[in-house]
Order: sequence, then C-alpha cells, then structure tokens
Amino acid sequence: MTFVDKDAAEERQGHAGHDQIAGRSLWADARHRFFQNKAAVVSMVVLLLILLFALFGGYLNEHNGQFIDFTIGGNLREVGKPSIENGHYFGLDQDKRDLYSRTVQGTRISLLVGVLGALVAVVVGTLYGAIAGYVGGKTDSIMMRAVDILMSIPFMFVLIILLVIFGRSIGMLFVGIGLISWLDMSRIARGQTLSIKNKEFVEAAIATGVAPMTIILRHIVPNLLGLVIVYATLLVPGMILAESFISFLGLGVQEPNTSLGALINFGAQNMAYGTLWMLYFPLAFFVLILTAFYFVGDGLRDALDPKDR
Amino acid sequence: MLNYILRRLLIAIPTILILVIISFVLMFAAPGGPFNSERPLPPQTLANIEARYGLDQPYVVQIFNYIKNIVLHFDFGPSFKYKDLSVTDIIAQGFPVTLTYGFWSFVVAVVSGVSLGVVAAIRHNSKVDYAAVGVAIGASVLPNFVLAPILLLIFTLWLGWLPGGGWNGGQIEYIILPVIALSTSYFASIARLTRSSMLEVLNTGFIRTARAKGLPMRRIIWKHAMKPTIMPVLSYLGPAFVGMITGSVVIDVYFSTGGIGQYFVNSAFNRDYSVIMGITILVGCLTILFNLVVDILYAWIDPKIRY
Amino acid sequence: MTVKNILKGGTAAFVLGLGSAAAAQDSSFTMRMLDESPSIDPSLIEDVSGSDIARQLFEGLMNQDAEGNVIPGVATDYEVSEDGLTYTFNLRDGAVWSDGEPVKASDFVYSWQRAANPETASPYAWYIELMSIENASAVIAGEVDPSELGVEAPDDSTFVVHLTTPLPYFPQMVTHTTTFPVPEHVITELGDAWVEPGNMVSNGAYVLTERVPQERLVAERNEMYWDNENTSIEEVVFLIINDENVALTRYLAGELDRTEVPTGQYPSLSEEYPDQAVSVPSLCTYYYNYNLRDTGPEWAQNADVRKALSLAVDRDVLVENVLQAGQIPAYTFTPGATAGFEVPEVPFATMTQEERNEMAQELLAGAGYGPEGEPLEVEILYNTSEGHRQIAVAVSQMWQQTLGITSTLANMEWQTFLEERGNGNFDVSRAGWCGDYNEASTFLDLMDSGSGYNDAAYVNEEVDTMLADAKTAENPQELYTQIEQIVAEEMPVIPLYHYTSVFMLNPAIQGWPYDNVQGNFYVKDFTLSE
Repeated sequence: MTFVDKDAAEERQGHAGHDQIAGRSLWADARHRFFQNKAAVVSMVVLLLILLFALFGGYLNEHNGQFIDFTIGGNLREVGKPSIENGHYFGLDQDKRDLYSRTVQGTRISLLVGVLGALVAVVVGTLYGAIAGYVGGKTDSIMMRAVDILMSIPFMFVLIILLVIFGRSIGMLFVGIGLISWLDMSRIARGQTLSIKNKEFVEAAIATGVAPMTIILRHIVPNLLGLVIVYATLLVPGMILAESFISFLGLGVQEPNTSLGALINFGAQNMAYGTLWMLYFPLAFFVLILTAFYFVGDGLRDALDPKDR
Repeated sequence: MLNYILRRLLIAIPTILILVIISFVLMFAAPGGPFNSERPLPPQTLANIEARYGLDQPYVVQIFNYIKNIVLHFDFGPSFKYKDLSVTDIIAQGFPVTLTYGFWSFVVAVVSGVSLGVVAAIRHNSKVDYAAVGVAIGASVLPNFVLAPILLLIFTLWLGWLPGGGWNGGQIEYIILPVIALSTSYFASIARLTRSSMLEVLNTGFIRTARAKGLPMRRIIWKHAMKPTIMPVLSYLGPAFVGMITGSVVIDVYFSTGGIGQYFVNSAFNRDYSVIMGITILVGCLTILFNLVVDILYAWIDPKIRY
Repeated sequence: MTVKNILKGGTAAFVLGLGSAAAAQDSSFTMRMLDESPSIDPSLIEDVSGSDIARQLFEGLMNQDAEGNVIPGVATDYEVSEDGLTYTFNLRDGAVWSDGEPVKASDFVYSWQRAANPETASPYAWYIELMSIENASAVIAGEVDPSELGVEAPDDSTFVVHLTTPLPYFPQMVTHTTTFPVPEHVITELGDAWVEPGNMVSNGAYVLTERVPQERLVAERNEMYWDNENTSIEEVVFLIINDENVALTRYLAGELDRTEVPTGQYPSLSEEYPDQAVSVPSLCTYYYNYNLRDTGPEWAQNADVRKALSLAVDRDVLVENVLQAGQIPAYTFTPGATAGFEVPEVPFATMTQEERNEMAQELLAGAGYGPEGEPLEVEILYNTSEGHRQIAVAVSQMWQQTLGITSTLANMEWQTFLEERGNGNFDVSRAGWCGDYNEASTFLDLMDSGSGYNDAAYVNEEVDTMLADAKTAENPQELYTQIEQIVAEEMPVIPLYHYTSVFMLNPAIQGWPYDNVQGNFYVKDFTLSE
C-alpha cells in the first residue's frame, strides 16, 4: 500500500487543500474497512507468504531447478517421491529435476506475468479512458467507438497467432495478455473521469492554464486510483489463468524457465502414471494465489468502491 | 431499436475487415509457410504447389482475390494443410460440433450458476452460503485442462461409464464429459456474479418494503428481485459464450470431439493460411453477434434502456 | 435459425443415442492417429498416417511381408532387363476396383503420371524422381508433357518402367504409397471429390465408408478384393486423438486396439502389461546437426570441439533414463536394422563413458575452449515437443556437467524451426531421419554436400565420390563403412539414438509385423484370437 500513500502525498504537496483532506480520510476510511474483512486480511497474509516463497524459497534447499541427477535411475514413480531426507521436498519433475525449486521459479514467473499483465492493462486502460473522458466531444466518441470495434476482436485468438508467429517471449506474454484486458478498464476509467472532470479542483487547474495532459496525469488519474487498484487486483487471477491456458497450448515461457501453468500442465499429463505430486504441489500454489487474489480484490472493492457504501 | 441494430451490424463490416487485414499481415510476416516439412520439398515441387494455391501472386492480389471469392461465391478456399478438405468443409463439420457442446455447456453453466448464486444469496452467511462460495471459487480456479483428464480417469478408466472421447454424431454419452469440463469455470463465475448481484438487490429499498409488507419470499425473489439480479449476469454472458468457443480447444484436444477449437491453434502452427482466415472471420462474427444479442436482451429485460 | 436447427439435431441424437449405444463390431481393428491426415489420395500422401490408411485401402504392385520382404501385390511377378534399366510387371487377373472395374496397367500409368504432373502439385512428386524414372525431372518441372514419363502399358496386364540408373532396391520402392494405382475412370468423372467416402473407389482389402475430419475414419471389408476370402478383420477404424496420454487412457479403457506409448512410460507399462507393450527397432535416426556454415559459430569449424561435444553425451543414460523404451544408442548414422548393412566399428562406440568424458575434456581443452580456455556457449535448437525437450534438457545438462559448457535451449514452433534450421541460424539443431526405403544409402545420402537435407552443410569431396560410387558398386558395404568412419572422425552431426517403435497392442490382434523395420502393416493379414 505504500505506493498509494506516496501518490496521495505527492498530490497533497502540489494542489488544492480541500482535496487533500478528502483524500486522506478516504484512504484511512478504506483501510479501516479493509481490515474489518477477515477473509481479505488472511488472504493478504497468504499472498505475502507466497511472495516471500517466490523470492527466497530457493534458499531453503540445496538443489537448483536446472540440475538433472543422471545417477538416479529407475522409475520416477518410486525414485521421484517427495522426501525431506534427500531435500526434494516436492519430489522430482518429469525430467528428474527438483520440483521444489521449479515450483519456486514457476510461482515467481506466474506472479510476475499476473502482476505485470494487470499493470499493462490498467495503465493503458486508465490513460486511454481518462483522455477520452477528459477531452470529450468528437475525440471521445471516436476513441470509444474504437474500443467497441476492438471488443469485437477475439484477442485470445490473435494472441495465439502472435505467439506462434513471433516466437515466445515473456515480454510478448505480458504485453499480449495485458492488451487483451485494457478495454474494460478504459470504459470504467472514462465513466469516472466524466464525473471528476467538473469538480472544482479540475476547473481551478484549467483556469490557471495547466496543460491538459498534466491535468489528466496530476489530477484525474490520482483520483481514479481506488478504482484502478480494485480492478487490477481482480485482474491478476485472470492474467494468471490466461497464462496457464497459453502454457497448455505450449506457447508459454521457454525452458529452462517455467510457470505454474506449465508445471500444472505437465502434472496433469502425467496424472495417470502415479506421479501425482507433480500436479498437486504446483496446483496448490496456483489455487492459493488465485483464491487469495479474489478475496483481496473483493475486500478492496468493498473498502474502496463508493457505490457499495 | 432497429436503427441501433442496423448501426451495430454496419460497424461489424469494418471490424471484420480490420481483422482480416491484421491476420493477413501477421500470416505473411510469419516465418515458414504451409508447405514446409522436415524434409524440404525440392524447389520445383514447391513451386508447383505454390502455383496451385495462388501463393506465387503478390500479396495485394492474394488479399483481393480472397475477399472477392468470399463476397462473390462465399468461397473460403481450400485448406493448405488438409488437402482433401476445403475451409468450408472444415467449418461445416467442426462448428456444429462445437456449437452443440458449447450450447449445452452454456445452458448448464447458466442454470446451475444462477440457481446456486440465488440460493447462496438468500441464505446469506449461512453454511449453505459458505459452501456455495467455496464450490464457486474452487471451480473457477481449476483450469479445465486439469479437470478434463481427471474426468477421463474417473469416468472412462475407473468407472467405465462414459467413452473417453470422440463424437459419434453427437450421441448423449459423448457430450456429457465435454460439457462438464467446459461449463465448470463459467458456472463458477456466474454463481459468484449472481450471488453478489442478488445480495445487492435484496438490500435495496423496494425489496425491503416488499418484505415488510409480508409478501412470501419465493414471490419476492421471482417477481421482483430476479430481473435486476440478472442484469449484470447478462452482460457477462456475451464474453462468456465467446470464451467457451475459444476455450473449446482444450475440449477438442482432450475429448477428440473433432470440433472447431483445435483449429484455432493448429491452423496457426501449420501456417494453413486459408483456415486461419476462415476461423478468424468466424470467431470475429460470433463475437460481434453475441455482444449484440446480449445488448438487445438487456434492452428487452429493462425497458428503461434506450438505444 | 442455425442454433435452433442444431438443437433439434441435438435432441434427435439424444433420443437415438440411447437406442444404438455403441454397436460394437465383432471383428474390427481400431487404432489411434495423432492428427487428421493431410490427404489419403495416394498421389498426394505426405505423412505416415496417410500411408497407413492408404495401405489398407489400396494395393500397389508389390507388398511387404511381416519381415519387410517384397512379396507380390497387384503384380504377380516382374522381370528386370539385363542392364537393370527396364522393369516389367505382370499384373494379376483377378484384381478389380471396388466398383467391379478391372485394375489395368493403364491405371498405374495414369497414377504415376498424375503424381509427377505439376498440376497435381503433389508434395511427393520427388519420389517419382527418386525412383530414377526416365523424364521424371522434366515432367515435374513442367518441361515435357506427363505422358513422356518413362512408364507404359503395352496391354492391360503388363506395366513397364524405364529407369535412368539401375537401382538394385527398385522393387522395394514400389511398395511405397505414392506408387499405388488410382482409378482413372473415377477421378476423371468426379475430380477432387473422389476421395470422399461413397465416392472413393479402391483396390485394396478395405474400402472407405466414413470420414469425419479430426475425429474418425472408417474402412470396411472390400468384397471385390481378389484375396477377400483370406481377410479376417471386417472393419478398420482410425480415431484421431491429439493427446497421447488421453489415447493411452482410452486404450486401457478398451476403446483402442493400438496406441503409442508416451515417452518414459514404457518400463512401467511393460511391467504391468508384458503382453501388450511393444518396442521394436525402426528405421530412423535421431541426431543433432552442427552448423558448419561460415555464418555458424566459430567453434563448430573445429573437429575436436565437435568430437568433444559428441563424446560427452552419455547415450546409454539418454536411452535408459530418458527415453526408456529400448532405443538403441547411436554411434553411427545408419541404423543397424537397415537391410544388408553391417554397423562399422568406430572407435568411440567401444569406449566406456568415463573414457569418453576424459577424451572429451582433453579435446576441448586442446582446442582452447572450456573451463581453462575460452568459455563456450551453445544454443540447442529444437521444435516444440515433449520428447525433444527432454532430450535437449538432458544433453545440455551432460555438457554442463562434463565439460562446463553453458547451453541454452531454443525451442521453436515447427514452421519457425524449419525456417531457422534451413537458413542455418543455429549452433546445434535437432533432426530425425527415417529411411525412405530399406537400404543404407537413404541415410548416408544426407552426408552428400549436394543433399537438400544436409542441414549441417557438411562438405567432404571424398564422401561425395564414395556415395556416387556406392550407387552402382557391386559391394557397397565397404564404401558405407568408410563413409561412417570418416563421419565418426569429422563428426558433422551427433548421432544420438536409433528409434524404436513403441506402442501398446491388443494381445488379441495376431499378425502384427514386428520385424518390419519400416513399420508398414497390412490389416488384411491380421487375425483375432479368442
């Protein structure tokens, strides 16, 4: 939450005092409401723990996710079992690599894809919507018509073609997945902008001759923040799910990198062969992350969304 | 209203055109071509094949011919990969299959999702509610490529109740597993949406008034609360149906149903240019159509909305 | 409208479905196919599954027996001219198409001309060229009319082929599906639509009755087939199942008679189902190409480095721990299963892995690379596939562990992979080669500097000369031995293993040709045991 406070602080330094007080009490209010919600708080803690796991989990055992021990012969079903003694806490994967390290790595990539994908969607969507809403008139109607047209394009399909054709890279994944979902955000942002636009502090800024782009970035966008955070939190699980679907298609991240989606896919393929740990360890993390994000998102929405108050 | 529909349909034309052009550009920018294989063809053989499929023409001529053939003859050309079939054959065979299991999945997801959501909302904060929320979240985070093999193991291998795949002209026992696998995550989303929507509606003034007047709960739900509850769910259905069609690739891979889904990916892998185009146009049209249908339904349910 | 119609269709199927639940055929053979076949028109077939289907529907001049030997098909016998350039096939009397028309020599003439005709645009036109038929290249290039092709039908039951070079293995070549006859009278009438069920007239033991793209293909007994009374299986069903794990599940549930075994699952399956899990050698080699082009990496020009990398790959571990299905470690390019081929002795085949590793480290250090010298970075290019991925991961780990070489995996989707490999944008790239016919030259020809499949861009004039000589040599084995030894010394490629065909087969099916290394099977020869 620090980054929200920082933005609010910046806003306080530069602009109208009236807004400053309203802003502060709004955030304090929201924080209070959020911490009343037990499910959301627990989920927040779970997410933090998973984040720690993703960042530092690799230090907890001596194996690395790339190393294959060729001396291990025999059937994976027997030799690959999870065990505390040999340090393979989650067992071995289909290539006899340490699944624990792979899971740490996969969690990191999945979180990265989810968060960055949501960030791309939110940044593009908010700016687009704010500009359309603020400028208004012909520009607005052209920009929103364009959104209508883009909404009719099956983006998942276009993304598949893109990934097939231009090769797979994590960058392409972020951008591609993010670009699929900025359209909804732009509509919401525009709606909010329309109502903020006529507030006194905006009119004051216009009167003192501040450039339109500066107004959008300095005055409109900070006031959309609550909405943006809620939407972003709710987007992350969708992004992670989308990444897992892409991994299923074989278009996900490249070896030796991996993601939870890719690990789950391997586990699911080998489900019938008595190596279930390959499925349930990564799946458990996947489910935990998604569920926690849902609850946190719901909690934030209840806390921040003015409509529900 | 009619005016509005017409306008939306008119927008569809440039949308599809943009889509066609994007796909064409992507296709030709792609490395490889439909006739490459592990052992490269001798140049002469390759030249003969390319001439037969018109790939020796300049790009602009190819695009022009492609659009011309569709507009004049409704001809989408032959598949470059599956040489015995035309794009029309492929769509005519695969699309009804996808639409059949897609439709049943849709029905199952909507009926069970809405019911569960309503029940959970009525019994807010009871055990039933918690169970419903648990089921819904569990179902929404389980990817269907995990669910599908689980279903196969249980119902085909262990219990032996249902065939493990195929379509066989759409007999009921071949449809059940695809429908379960496809509908689960949508069922979950619909249940969650319905629940929160219903909770909101139950808290509004007019419902409270109705309850205060002592009207029976059943009547309140059906007569008054249902309509406003369904509105946000409705707007989810358009994208949901399109998502089901796109998501059908998982179903086709796991249940070998022979639907259109597998071509979403395969045609791009195979550089089967004509099939990529045909499918792009099909999915584009469907997306536009379902968004439109949802908007019309919206207006029909809520007469306050005018276009 | 459409939705409504489909709904009705759905309900109708619902009602019918309960009545006719899977009327199991008493005597059918059901096998899995990975993907819809691009074509089942013999002249256009380009993949293995298309050939597997066509071999049931059509019959060529010659067939193969369970060991892969050439036996009579439509032709009862043949004569070769003394110079080896003219083959005369005598066709049997009773051979008829499934519509009752006799199979004439002119059908073969028509079929071969059609395959070579540029208008047909067959991806296998090159096969006609490979058979060295007179004028084949000119016909394919469109320089002369297809009727100029060196084949003729002096009468209805005599088919004559004129070659430009004597090919001792020519009779083997006419068991290939590209050489199968097609019914001229049907194709001229129906055009491209002749391949549809109901239209397709064929001369094999089965005739096409149903084809649902990406779902199934069904062929039933052809009553008109000349040897119909010896056919015992009534129906052949090909089910398209993309996912091999799903296919295995369905096999175990009794829905299939044959399916492939997923990588790594053979040991446990053969333990659990010893009478069903099969692993037989097949005529293919899996190898890695070095990029020997000037544009390739500098280290690849150094034979010592190439040898070091090859030596450091523990093929036994690859075969026993990764593939685990009886594959044969490869130290030479040509598989030992090839007819009339004796695997030559190459030095590194007989060493132990410790000796190889030691030698590899020395060679690498001597070349100035490795831990003490210049660090080496190698990129392994392969196409997206679980099997290729596992091999690449293992090989890169072996290089890392033995030689301290960092390698990255570049996994590309098929078409991009082909493009990159063809253009020489790689350090090391995966490749696999299966013999077109059962003779060593089908493998060693890849070492020819002029070969279109020489992806390593290996040039050695001595090898080129020996390959040309081997074509007409009395005893080509000597030359093959020398070529293999040169290849083992210069190491333009890293042979990794020779394939085995690994599958599950219903034990009730008798007569599977386990010893046919090309894997060509004829369902008409199968019987069902009780």
